[in-house]
Amino acid sequence: MKKMYKNLIGIAFLGGALALANTFLGPFELRILNLSAIYIILALSLNLLNGFTGLFSLGHAGFMAIGAYVSALLTMTPYQKEMNFFLAPIVPWMKDIQIPFVFALIAAGAFAALVAFLIGAPVLRLRDDYLAIATLGLAEIIRVLITNAQTLTNGAQGLKGIPKYSTTWVVWGAAALAALFMVMLLRSSYGRTIKAVRDDEIAAEAMGVNVFKVKLTTFVMSSFMAGVGGALLGHMITTIDPKMFTFLLTFNIILIVVLGGNGSITGSVLGAIIVTMLMEILRFLDMPMDFLFIKTSGLPGLRMVVFSIMLMFVVIYRQKGLMGSVEFSWDMFSGKSFRALGTSIFSRKNGKKGGR
Amino acid sequence: MLRTDGVSMRFGGLTAVADLNIEIDKNEIIGLIGPNGAGKTTAFNMITGVYAPSEGRIYFKGKDITGEKSHKITERGIARTFQNIRLFKEMNVLENVLVAGYLRMGTNVFQATLHLPGYLRKEKKSREFAMSLLESVNLADQAEESAIALPYGKQRRLEIVRALATKPSLLLLDEPAAGMNPQESIELMDFIVKIRDEYDLTILLIEHHMQVVMGVCERMYVLDYGVTIARGTPEVIQKDQKVIEAYLGVE
Amino acid sequence: MDLPTFFQQLVNALSLGSLYALIAIGYTMVYGILRLINFAHGDVFMLGAYFAFYAITALLMPWWIGFIVALSLTALFGIALERVAYRPLRDSPRLSVMISAIGASFLIENLGIVIFGGRPKSFPSIPLFDTVVRFGPVSMLSVSLFIPVITIGSLIALTLIVNHTKTGLAMRAVSTDVDAARLMAVDVNKIVAFTFGVGSLLAGLGGIMWTMKYPQLNPLMGIMPGLKCFIAAVIGGIGNIGGAVLGGFLLGIIEILIVAFLPALTGYRDAFAFVLLIVVLLVKPTGLLGKSQTVKV
Repeated sequence: MKKMYKNLIGIAFLGGALALANTFLGPFELRILNLSAIYIILALSLNLLNGFTGLFSLGHAGFMAIGAYVSALLTMTPYQKEMNFFLAPIVPWMKDIQIPFVFALIAAGAFAALVAFLIGAPVLRLRDDYLAIATLGLAEIIRVLITNAQTLTNGAQGLKGIPKYSTTWVVWGAAALAALFMVMLLRSSYGRTIKAVRDDEIAAEAMGVNVFKVKLTTFVMSSFMAGVGGALLGHMITTIDPKMFTFLLTFNIILIVVLGGNGSITGSVLGAIIVTMLMEILRFLDMPMDFLFIKTSGLPGLRMVVFSIMLMFVVIYRQKGLMGSVEFSWDMFSGKSFRALGTSIFSRKNGKKGGR
Repeated sequence: MLRTDGVSMRFGGLTAVADLNIEIDKNEIIGLIGPNGAGKTTAFNMITGVYAPSEGRIYFKGKDITGEKSHKITERGIARTFQNIRLFKEMNVLENVLVAGYLRMGTNVFQATLHLPGYLRKEKKSREFAMSLLESVNLADQAEESAIALPYGKQRRLEIVRALATKPSLLLLDEPAAGMNPQESIELMDFIVKIRDEYDLTILLIEHHMQVVMGVCERMYVLDYGVTIARGTPEVIQKDQKVIEAYLGVE
Repeated sequence: MDLPTFFQQLVNALSLGSLYALIAIGYTMVYGILRLINFAHGDVFMLGAYFAFYAITALLMPWWIGFIVALSLTALFGIALERVAYRPLRDSPRLSVMISAIGASFLIENLGIVIFGGRPKSFPSIPLFDTVVRFGPVSMLSVSLFIPVITIGSLIALTLIVNHTKTGLAMRAVSTDVDAARLMAVDVNKIVAFTFGVGSLLAGLGGIMWTMKYPQLNPLMGIMPGLKCFIAAVIGGIGNIGGAVLGGFLLGIIEILIVAFLPALTGYRDAFAFVLLIVVLLVKPTGLLGKSQTVKV
């Protein structure tokens, strides 16, 4: 029971820190903080596929787009919708719908999950790189559809004036729920079947695991989370358009998952915070800056150069990322496990998996 | 228990197994032998649904299971081990067995994720069963160790208990004695008979160690280039001219 | 639609198709050897165009020398790319290699933005490629006549290399089984480098031809053609050079003809390729000319 106290203290501490941050941080810093929370959700959802099920999906941006649009359209007032749709009026049945944020958020996830379910049945029969390219194509198709559905999505103009519901408590609450869900799922007996699918599909099948069903289940779960994450993102920056949801967005999430450690929940959480902060901190690379005595002219693109190199570096030299597959636990701070974590962090690539 | 009716498997132009007719009764221990490339593992793959046979039907407990998916066949009560060991690499010994136990736990994603009381009870039972299986092969002490870090012989035993965790009525063993020394092989023979009696099993095994096959199998089938060249008791097989030719080659 | 319009569209389709085919060959070669989707192939394509641009505008070379220099540089770049981004991961899981490839792709694009600038540049006109040719009512740029010739020429040359030279034999060996090839004293690194060199050269050639046709350069110009040509390679049966050409032509023709005959769908143009990809993968995952493989247990 000692552990439970520690957990409670830990939660209280984090909650307190959030409350302080929420009160004292400026809008810019707060935005970075909250963006981290959203990226935590997205990274966890991608890690569920990438790191735990062994499915390489590149379609996250598509599911985020679905979630963002569903939630935005369900929460905007009829007046706001009318203001947005000046090129062509919005379809009548969507115009007057307005539901509470919580339900809109759930609907966003559910709709993304539904699309994943329908498309997953055929697509998940593909393997490895074929699956990757098919999901990438899927995200691209979703984006093109959104761009062209003028009367439903306002096409390329996007939506402006989405209600700003993504407060600190909302996004961090959602991130905590996502993390809790992942921990509970992966610790359970069902979670073991998921990892079995990742380790060896044929052996998993032979042990009575319905591999296809497991893949479809995690694909749907992951898409639900991606949809919610996309929706929260929309409610945070209050404007969305199809160009936001390109492969670049998926790239960011891949970077977080790889950096944090494929198959580590803790890694994805830390990775999300680190990458989000770096993205903002390194913004000076892209923009002209005049800070004290330092003047830089800024080179657009340089920031992404840094991130690309970072991704390649991690994959080539530290395949297991920050955490490997190690998870946070209180034992970490006691001697033995702490050393184990240390060796895991400072040793290079853990066991290369066979096969090209 | 198991009956294959004229089963064949062709890959492109190559016939890996031709017109295979096996019949196994309950609680028998049957051997499937033959030189390398004779189609033994292909036969296993067809029975367990990894491949759908090109021709013929497979019946298990009187039901036609031809072309069913692997996991469905396991659910019906056929479990197997693999010739080139296929343990779950990133899991420990106990977890490997627990994965197989999930099939009979009777729980689902929601119960498991929410850790509902019913699930927790089943999980506890599943763990106890897994531990008892591990104890039966002296692996209980290494339950928390990485499965692929075990020595070869232990990995083979772990594969067998993992298969047992699916609570099968028919167990297919693909070269269980491969890589074992004579002493270990003898222990394995005793173990095979023991699990047959203890878990009320029927066993079909592929093996190259003639000592093991002759010692433990009641009947056997001999394949060569996919064709069944002989069948019968060990005594009959040992005297069969075709079998001797297949193994020694003909001048 | 009248007959001249139809022929005009057909010419456009063949011209685009052969360009896709040219780029798809490089994809398919690399995949055939290493089972790797070289995500950066489209970016190598972009580099080819930029190298040619700078050779002609900044170094004031005659266009044909500029092209040769650009192609050599592109081939060298491809070899270097493999050395840095892929070779260290040759024994790693495919997922890692793919991630490295995605990283490399973003790296090249953004380095492009840093070095070449994000603003589009116009390629100077080269009369040989830039003349309007007329056959009765059908008109086209002369470059549209060159591209199919180059593509078919490359196809024939590569088929000869793969099937009738020692290098080609080694390539086929590596493609079948890297370890076995190594044991047979094939210098795997050399063969892989050669493949990347040739594949990148073709990508560069595709990039230059692309800018002859659409004379605008920007660092992100390789993304869409890159993806589409990968799709073309998959449709034809990845790993199969003839298949890549077939897939390229098919994709180009379908794209042009759908837009021509169903103008309402123009906005969805970039989605066709992906829809086609998913359909092909589901119906015949090995592509039109690919061989099926069985999983070994």
